Amino acid sequence: MPKRIITSIQAIGHRVIDSIWRLGRAARFFALVLLKSTTSFLRFSLVIREIYFVGVLSLIIILVSGLFVGMVLGLQGYETLQKYGSESAVGTLVALSLVRELGPVMAALLFASRAGSAITAEIGLMKATEQLSAMAMMAVDPVARVVAPRFWAGVISMPLLAALFSVLGVFGGYLVAVVFIGVDEGSFWSSMQNAVDFRYDIVNGVIKSCFFGVTVTAIAVFEGFDAPPTAEGVSGATTRTVVTSALAILGLDFVLTSFMFRGVD
Amino acid sequence: MSAPLIEIKDLAFSYNTRPILRSVNMTMPRGKVIAIMGGSGSGKTTLLRLIGGEIKPTAGYVKVADQVVHKLSRNDLFKLRRKMGMLFQFGALFTDLSVFDNVAFQIREHTNLPESMIRDLVLMKLHAVGLRGAYHLMPAELSGGMARRVALARSIALDPMLIMYDEPFTGLDPISLSVIGSLIRRLTDALGMTSIVVTHDVQESLKIVDYVYFLADGVIAAHGTPQEVKDSVTPFVHQFVHGEEDGPVPFHYPADAYQEDLKLENHFA
Amino acid sequence: MQRTIIDFWVGLFVIAGIGALLILGLKVGNLTSYNTGESYTLTGNFENIGGLKIKAPVKSAGVVVGRVTDIQFSLETYDALVTMAINAHYRFPKDTFASILTSGLLGEQYIGLSPGGDEEMLAEGDKIMKTNSAMVLEEMIGRFLFDKAAED
Repeated sequence: MPKRIITSIQAIGHRVIDSIWRLGRAARFFALVLLKSTTSFLRFSLVIREIYFVGVLSLIIILVSGLFVGMVLGLQGYETLQKYGSESAVGTLVALSLVRELGPVMAALLFASRAGSAITAEIGLMKATEQLSAMAMMAVDPVARVVAPRFWAGVISMPLLAALFSVLGVFGGYLVAVVFIGVDEGSFWSSMQNAVDFRYDIVNGVIKSCFFGVTVTAIAVFEGFDAPPTAEGVSGATTRTVVTSALAILGLDFVLTSFMFRGVD
Repeated sequence: MSAPLIEIKDLAFSYNTRPILRSVNMTMPRGKVIAIMGGSGSGKTTLLRLIGGEIKPTAGYVKVADQVVHKLSRNDLFKLRRKMGMLFQFGALFTDLSVFDNVAFQIREHTNLPESMIRDLVLMKLHAVGLRGAYHLMPAELSGGMARRVALARSIALDPMLIMYDEPFTGLDPISLSVIGSLIRRLTDALGMTSIVVTHDVQESLKIVDYVYFLADGVIAAHGTPQEVKDSVTPFVHQFVHGEEDGPVPFHYPADAYQEDLKLENHFA
Repeated sequence: MQRTIIDFWVGLFVIAGIGALLILGLKVGNLTSYNTGESYTLTGNFENIGGLKIKAPVKSAGVVVGRVTDIQFSLETYDALVTMAINAHYRFPKDTFASILTSGLLGEQYIGLSPGGDEEMLAEGDKIMKTNSAMVLEEMIGRFLFDKAAED
């Protein structure tokens, strides 16, 4: 028995040491990516190309999800608010939940599973098929040429995607509340505009999505670059990207929210 | 003949305390095709990575064009690499770029040539490997042999002085195999390069190379011209060249006595 | 050729994204009611501000004319000193009445200004003398019960 306890303690210790070591490597890699970002900005066409793959190709899922999330919010919000006779506040409810929380968070989660996993798989496969080694042997730095443009494309795309998600969500809420149910259009918009503050709600939401963009793409490029160069290695890294990103987004969201929205003062 | 292009002295490399190369000495003159042969896991690919500066040796050095590779700064190493080409085992073409863009990659990265001149250069390189007509294809549309020819065109794009081939013959049909073989020979002669071919395909490589090194247990076990190798009576070389199952390289991985391992005595005792 | 298609879509994406941010600011948020330029500050002492918060609107006749910028506890008068920024377009007489009101039963609280008839206008830094505190629900209920009891 004691031997078994010792081995399980060892297993825990091994895992902890392993993850700290990985975290250190990830941090070092992140610094390396930032250091080697000059190429990305000198040859911005590289970044534009990646924005296409990372941002434009994520548009459909972001827009459709945003619309439905907004519609559900409108429906549920109306259900609850009409009990208190304040169904005109449904605009406030939809807009605030989207702009502050659901827009940045949901868009980042979708982004992680759509674009993040694609980035990891692509870089991992390039590593597995020796494309990265080939590039290095051609005296082209793979971090500067392959990783950094993808990183910046993600960082640029994320806030735009989150904003589009929120706008489509507000539109979805409008569709349900005003067009289908018949809440007064004027009070829908004015209650929203009274409650949503530009500095406090919208700018903070955008700041959140910037943080999420950096986090998700940093995780995605690291997992791809760090993946064992085999088929299983790449598929495992892809899964890890989605799981780690989701946890990081939600955890980071709590931290950011507690910094940004601690009552009005 | 001028100084050798590559000089390797007492080179050793260990991976996690497991020695892969113990003490390797080689000299490679310019303008020749040199083969490095050895069984799987004998450290051939490691040797190429050491020459390319991808990894650092634990002892000894590799000198390319009078420069000690592992002592170069990052910039100097990259400068040196512009004069080297490497053909990876399965070509390692960039899957998101067309054949044309793959060959143009290095030219675009390292020079500021106008697009019309890049086009001419790329088509010339593709013509040299017989694939000028395939410039618009994507790597996924190529057969294994074609992919390797494109990769060959890509590695000669900047007219390097040295090309390293990592197992160029693996998984090819006999026709593609001899096409690649003769391309290696022809390009080496035409461009005045030096070629290092790492392979275990004895028959094909003996046809095209000038000199052969045998690598076993982390040291050079034998070396000589193809003719010397064929006639060699050294047991190891003989076994390798003629592909015999058992010999100095044993069929069995070192193990305990067979009977003991199966615990046979328990049943019959 | 493929390059131009990519450029087109990326351009469209960026324009749409920035457009979305603008819509958020203008249509969803209150960017339009931000008057970065002209405004003047007024102060007022309230016995009880209830749930009034910074950035709460200041309205007159239902129109937003400014915002609460600061709420302090005053040690001289032992009540709340509320500072508000009023849009420079709107001028109010000296004897304007400021009260803390609630929009709807459970809605947010705001300051309502009811202009008086004075000839002189309030200027930068002036103090509104006539104020009315927030209705605090507990007090109201208490008063109601007390009155009921007195009636019986």
